[in-house]
Amino acid sequence: MAKVITSPVYVVGDNIDTDQIIPAQYLTLVPTIPEEYKKLGSYAMVGLPDELYPTRFMAEGSTEAEYKIVIAGKNFGCGSSREHAPIALGAAGVEAVVAESYARIFFRNSVATGELYPYESRERLIDICRTGDIATLDFDTDTLTVGNQTFSLKPIGDVRPVIEAGGIFNYARQSGMIPSKA
Amino acid sequence: MTLTEKILARASGRPRVEPGDNVWVETDILLTHDVCGPGSIGVFKREFGQDAKVWDPAKIVIIPDHYIFTSDRLSNRNVDILRDFAKEQGLPYFYDVIDDPNGSWKFNTEAGQIKRQYGARYQGVCHAALPKLGHARPGEVLFGTDSHTCMAGAFGEFASGIGNTDAGFILGTGKLLVKVPETMRFYLEGEMPPGVMAKDVILWVIGDIGFDGATYRAMQWEGPGVNSLDMDDRMTIANMAIEAGGKNGIFPADKATHTYVSERTNLNGTKTDYNPVELDKDQKLIFDKVYDLSKLEPTVAMHPNPGNRALAKELEKVKLDRAYIGSCTGGKASDFVAFAKVVRGRHVKIDTYGVPATSDVVQELKATRWDTQSVWDVLVDAGVTMTENASCAACLGGPPDTFARLNAPLTCISATNRNFPGRMGSKEAKVYLASPYTVAASALTGHVTDPREFLS
Ligand code: SF4
Repeated sequence: MAKVITSPVYVVGDNIDTDQIIPAQYLTLVPTIPEEYKKLGSYAMVGLPDELYPTRFMAEGSTEAEYKIVIAGKNFGCGSSREHAPIALGAAGVEAVVAESYARIFFRNSVATGELYPYESRERLIDICRTGDIATLDFDTDTLTVGNQTFSLKPIGDVRPVIEAGGIFNYARQSGMIPSKA
Repeated sequence: MTLTEKILARASGRPRVEPGDNVWVETDILLTHDVCGPGSIGVFKREFGQDAKVWDPAKIVIIPDHYIFTSDRLSNRNVDILRDFAKEQGLPYFYDVIDDPNGSWKFNTEAGQIKRQYGARYQGVCHAALPKLGHARPGEVLFGTDSHTCMAGAFGEFASGIGNTDAGFILGTGKLLVKVPETMRFYLEGEMPPGVMAKDVILWVIGDIGFDGATYRAMQWEGPGVNSLDMDDRMTIANMAIEAGGKNGIFPADKATHTYVSERTNLNGTKTDYNPVELDKDQKLIFDKVYDLSKLEPTVAMHPNPGNRALAKELEKVKLDRAYIGSCTGGKASDFVAFAKVVRGRHVKIDTYGVPATSDVVQELKATRWDTQSVWDVLVDAGVTMTENASCAACLGGPPDTFARLNAPLTCISATNRNFPGRMGSKEAKVYLASPYTVAASALTGHVTDPREFLS
């Protein structure tokens, strides 16, 4: 896993719930089936209201978003426990979300699946950044640089090794909790 | 320690735990359904091997309920994935849609949405069915692949929603790493006045603390007011802990709990013994507030989130296109009976749909008679479109042909639990959450209405 990523950011507001990240009608797709995993990615964030988000997360007809970083406000990922939410973002190419705070299950699912890094910001970055701004996220210094401003993020701490291992299974194997795969 | 800490300490084999501790706990029951079951099974097989066996077949409960009565091909297939897994693993508690263990499920579009299309074992919404089937016991640890798993906290257990990967891990090991949450106490006094229901209590509280006000925390309900709440009321309240961001909601087990649990475990032949936890005098709380139930009034959560609180009487100007009663939190028999009390002998003014949470709610409403009429017929006569096909239905939108789904930008008042944009279908629709009484009164007038004027 790269220790630094540079990408345009996609900026969303407060209380983005799982229905906006992946609307319920697409939950028929089973994430462990590879074609359906890809499909999930293509629907990431389609639940965002058009009038508030005229620049769509996913360009028409594409299956991969140009944004590797999502910047969000408070309580990102609230609502249901669907793991399809971090998975859809991960499948769309998102590597990290930087939000002011998270709903518990979204945070946990991001870590358990190893799909993305759920960083917490100290500032209200959604008032500072705009969709399309180029940002650099440095995992070793826990900072986000946008233009000439650098913001220090809350260290991702004890969950980083789990995500780096690729989720709880690999992590549990590394730590001897469950036997390694034959 | 608080109730949650005591349960997690015991389940992790420690004398005590503190909030913030990360502990491996033993799972008593793992619950899953048709939307997250197939993915959880996929994770289990990917990680433990195609021939792997689950850790304990008797501790797995699979209740298909979300996308059942739809012609969506993948949804029908997902029920079949569950059936194959239950057969392969010898799971005793799979509540299939159809009776034939070798069959496959296909919704019959021609037969329509109203008439029953399920077999003898089918139940309906998993959280409403789980305790009825004797799978909820005080003092236990329940994980479920659904955020409203917290509903079973009504029975004095630790119950929390998880994702597919965590569920796949439990399927193989029976264990899960959890962080012990801090506890918030909601101390109830008094009794609910006429016209006020458990739904009003929880909508009031969420409005109070904010819909992220309990994030990462346990919501513990205590006090003399709890005694006046029956098990259905407690379920409605515990169900919506997640709407405040909570990890779990929990009520101490009392006589009413034990009576319910022993009746239900005996009925379905599930495990009858359990070890409840008792309230300690000395508890470390991060929040502690007294609520007087007698002061509450009919309450509404306005579009677009469950914490956006107002009183029903303040919203008389809000015009409605549709009313909906159903879901785990609002589709129990007692919810429909309350609704029927309001609409009896009257007629609704807007499209009104009723989806019983479980198959036994359908039976109960048909069997309960008021004079010469069944409650079911009271509802139908009042103009409510009732379906016998118990399920989640339009509570979470679902595939486009789902019963009562909001396929257009309508304004709807609903007895369900979540109203984020797009939750019930169209992302332009507006949903107001309220009690069955308030939904019923509003259905009669076509605008948000305080139900007390119809109950005197
Ligand atoms: S009824 Fe609604 S809230 Fe309850 S489990 Fe089904 S979808 Fe979720």
